[in-house]
Amino acid sequence: MNGDTEEENHSTETTVWIRCDVYDTGIGIPEKAIPTLFKRYMQVSADHARKYGGTGLGLAICKQLVELMGGRLTVSSKEHVGSTFTFILPYKVSIPSSDENSDDTDELSDVDNNDAVSDDLTEGFFQFQPRTLGSLFSSNGSTRRTLHKFNGFPSNPFALPSPNGVVSKAVTNSVEDSSSVVADASDLTESTSSSDHRENSEGGAVKLRQGCGDSSKEVNNESRKSSNKCEGLIMKKEDENSRCVSRCSGSREEDSSKECCRSKPKILLVEDNKINVMVTQSMMKRLGYSMDVVNNGVEAVKAVQRHTYDIILMDVFMPVMNGLQTTKLIRSYEETGNWDAAKSSGIEQIQQISDYECCVPPRKRIHIIAMTANTVSESAEECYANGMDSFVSKPVTFQKLKECLEQYLR
Amino acid sequence: MEVGQMQRQWLDYTRSLFIEGFLDGQFLQLEQLQDDNNPDFVVEVVSLFFQDSHKLLNDLTIALDQKSVDFKKIDAHVHQLKGSSSSIGAQRVKNCCIAFRNFCEEQNTDACLKCLHQVKQECCLVKNKLETLFRLEQQIMAAGGSIPMMELSF
Repeated sequence: MNGDTEEENHSTETTVWIRCDVYDTGIGIPEKAIPTLFKRYMQVSADHARKYGGTGLGLAICKQLVELMGGRLTVSSKEHVGSTFTFILPYKVSIPSSDENSDDTDELSDVDNNDAVSDDLTEGFFQFQPRTLGSLFSSNGSTRRTLHKFNGFPSNPFALPSPNGVVSKAVTNSVEDSSSVVADASDLTESTSSSDHRENSEGGAVKLRQGCGDSSKEVNNESRKSSNKCEGLIMKKEDENSRCVSRCSGSREEDSSKECCRSKPKILLVEDNKINVMVTQSMMKRLGYSMDVVNNGVEAVKAVQRHTYDIILMDVFMPVMNGLQTTKLIRSYEETGNWDAAKSSGIEQIQQISDYECCVPPRKRIHIIAMTANTVSESAEECYANGMDSFVSKPVTFQKLKECLEQYLR
Repeated sequence: MEVGQMQRQWLDYTRSLFIEGFLDGQFLQLEQLQDDNNPDFVVEVVSLFFQDSHKLLNDLTIALDQKSVDFKKIDAHVHQLKGSSSSIGAQRVKNCCIAFRNFCEEQNTDACLKCLHQVKQECCLVKNKLETLFRLEQQIMAAGGSIPMMELSF
């Protein structure tokens, strides 16, 4: 923490809340699941992972991160309608003056916010409170948090949450409106902390990918005023599946560059048989899509490391690495945000140009369609069990492809 | 021979290939993929198939000739052949491959050798049939006619 920052708390500097709503039109969250939603390894139901994937770590990670930034996370949801996750983060806005400490901008600033406004106008940053003890996900994670020192800033911008942590409608008006009420996972803090304690002492540490400069800083969480029970977290949600990803500035760049390609889905064909490649490609061309082609699972993993794909047509029976194994690796990346599983299978990650690129989080879950010859080892059950979303039986026909794509391309 | 006659001959010949099981519905998929942008698609894919299968059959012959037969490798080759024959609609070749794989699983070298022989024969047969068909097509085109649309209505 930069001591200079606090001394500069004069009239040219104010702290505001920045708020972000992330919503979907997915399956929603039942009320009974809300209290445990932000706990590690908790998902809505016992078989959630089997149906939808995930590890139950996303929200827990998010929660810790936003807390550390002095913000809070709230959720509001309606089953079968969708969910809205809202986070607010305190943001220090300063007008640059001649004696502006340039170190401020090197501080854990949100790159995107700096880029968004011209340098002439304002500079601002989110505050982390680096501590000397503990790691980002130390066992003291949720118990004790620091209350940020924001002078000249509403001390209670949000009304206290209801004691039961009941989900209520998220606010739509300005975050500085002190009368707004938010639903949150508040009271669980105390209860989850003890369980977190236990989990951590059992060595259940959460891994965060490198690349967002922050993560390398040592942070410890200190006591937070008991009245301020809300915690928050950065969360980027994709599709109907909640995925918690760490926020790297690199990801922002990735997204904007992909904006122009968003209308045409990016498709990858993973097939070792030359004739099948030729036929499938021709069919795809007829449907109006182009595809990237790789010939085995290892190449597929490398391709996913390099580009974002919307759909993967995955042959099951392949040399080197079969389709089931490959899908497993890709899903592991989507869930954990890292390629460790691939590395342990011997796939070296290609060195990217910048640090950001190799930790670009997956934007959304890739639709993986198995192309199976319907033998015992390629049964539909096996495909689903390994993370595939649907399958097409071989030989691939124009009609089968068309139906499969229509299903996933909305 | 005038165009109309050639076209009827083409139709009859194609139908016979289907009736005798040399080709199945998948072959029609290939024909549908052929258009002005892709005027030689069927010939290209079929040619690729025969190139590919020629190599596979060679590899299979060598593999089955070994003192210690590697059935996993043989199964992989046969799987490839089954996949590609299935993709172009070469039904009889595909069916041979299915039987072949079963014997691989049983690790029955003799039965595998018989299957290999059979697969080679079927590949040869369908190759000749298709070559005849393509030659007919060329003649029709040369005479200024067009290839009729194939209907699977029998």
